[in-house]
Amino acid sequence: MADWLSPDEWRAVALSLKVSFWAVLLSLPLGILTAHALARWQFPGKQVLNGLVHLPLILPPVVTGYLLLITFGRRGAVGQFLEEWFGIVFAFRWTGAALAAAVMAFPLMVRAIRLAIEAVDPKLEQAAGTLGASRAWVFLTVTLPLILPGIIAGVILAFAKAIGEFGATITFVSNIPGQTQTLPTAIYSALQVPGGDAQAARLVLVAIVIAMAALLLSEWVSRAVARRIAGA
Amino acid sequence: MLRVALTHRIGAFTLDVAFDAPPGVTVLFGRSASGKTTIVNAVAGLVRPEQGRVSVDGWRLLDTVAGVDLPPHRRRLGYIFQEGRLFPHLTVRQNLTYGAWFAPKGAAREDMGRVVDMLGIGPLLHRRPAGLSGGERQRVAIGRALLAAPKLILADEPLSALDEARKAEILPYFERLRDEVKVPILYVSHSPAEVARVATTVVALDAGRVTGIGPAFDVLGDPALWPIGVRGAGAVIAARLVRQHPDGLSELDAGGIPLFLPRISAAPGSLVRLRIAAHDVILSGEPPVGLSALNILPGTIEAMHQGDGPGVMVRLVTPAGAVLARITRRSAQIMGLAPGKTAYAIIKSVAPAPEDVIIRADTAG
Repeated sequence: MADWLSPDEWRAVALSLKVSFWAVLLSLPLGILTAHALARWQFPGKQVLNGLVHLPLILPPVVTGYLLLITFGRRGAVGQFLEEWFGIVFAFRWTGAALAAAVMAFPLMVRAIRLAIEAVDPKLEQAAGTLGASRAWVFLTVTLPLILPGIIAGVILAFAKAIGEFGATITFVSNIPGQTQTLPTAIYSALQVPGGDAQAARLVLVAIVIAMAALLLSEWVSRAVARRIAGA
Repeated sequence: MLRVALTHRIGAFTLDVAFDAPPGVTVLFGRSASGKTTIVNAVAGLVRPEQGRVSVDGWRLLDTVAGVDLPPHRRRLGYIFQEGRLFPHLTVRQNLTYGAWFAPKGAAREDMGRVVDMLGIGPLLHRRPAGLSGGERQRVAIGRALLAAPKLILADEPLSALDEARKAEILPYFERLRDEVKVPILYVSHSPAEVARVATTVVALDAGRVTGIGPAFDVLGDPALWPIGVRGAGAVIAARLVRQHPDGLSELDAGGIPLFLPRISAAPGSLVRLRIAAHDVILSGEPPVGLSALNILPGTIEAMHQGDGPGVMVRLVTPAGAVLARITRRSAQIMGLAPGKTAYAIIKSVAPAPEDVIIRADTAG
């Protein structure tokens, strides 16, 4: 079984899972906060924030990757600062692939969570307030449990997007086997080599299995949660 | 004692009210758009009025002059909403205890078991709101408000989303609340029958102003407060059940005058509140003879109120209390009715509907 894929291919699969996992986990709190702000708060520049969040969805991924490179690259303003002060490097590292995946998946995550928040009746939150809950407690005890299905949906969507992310990743962190080569870039590489079709097919199969597993899991979890909320 | 003074403008509508609510149920009574809900929401802190003061037993919730404006979660409220607003993801038990998590440690609390018993919601504790009937939900909502250790209970038309049968199911719980709970209760309603049953004090509102305030008996018996033509208008009188007759009638004593009503299931000696709708009362200038009606209340006309329509609202003070009668202006002229004159109110025995007969209510108001 283990020699079914080459070590580099296994590494690409493992890296894709790792990159997507961290990309989703670390962007989730910011995603919930952003979704909440867009759904419920009124503030100047709300439309600008909305546009910024959705930009990666509309821009060609290469453009997003390029923007990440000039911002978070070793010469980029933010990249330099992070390297000097925290020793964090994004360019041509798997961390950069995670950042690219997070940025690309962010609009999908925010959208799903935002729709869930908008579906929560503000009157319930108001009622919680009259019962003594401060805003933070209202969010934790009423809003958050009610939007859980939306959060799960957002997480799965973002995870799927992160696994599949190609353009921004290859632009920002390139396609170094064992270091920044993810599942899609590995498939791409395999297709570039004469006779690499079989290898590509195996990786495609892995990609399909991961996607189906994620989908089934999300379906099962959100049903269980929905039953818990609506159940008699 | 809850003290409220508010001024607030919403577009062309101006709210300008001041009233004190003693212990018991104070009903804000008026037509829609008279400002009732705005008042309750301002007391709850959900609406910030332009100017105002709200205090409960001297504790200031709002004082725009002094810059006091507590957020809703620090006002120690028990708010019973029109639509219940139970938390769908929590069980009935978790809904009930929600407010208690946030109440101060030393706060005087209602006993959970006692509240659950009073509302009859014991069998529902493990269920979720989605599986409850409208009436059950509203009972849980009452319990949730009570168990939050509130210093003030607010109820905004808590029955209006229910059908008549469910209303009849919930009303007795508000009567028990009035009689057993010590904190003031502010209750919004536009239903005369509801007001007659639950009110200790009535604050009548019209177009953002207080048009009358006082014990329920006085305010509901004031003809000037009722828009002419309102079908539900009617005064409330107190009576005592004397005996049950074998022909199916119950005999009551109202200020020394016998009244006969269809069987009231209560023991002789019970106190009864009786709402008599103004359109069920016939007035006679002479002592009537040879009528099928059994109930005749002699009295003196104290006030007459007429609007633009053909009707006149007459307030007749009888030994049983004040009674309102709605008659036509033409009849009033023909009979020569005027304040100070004697008249007789005739009420058919079958006129008061069962929901207008309220057993074991306190007679003082």
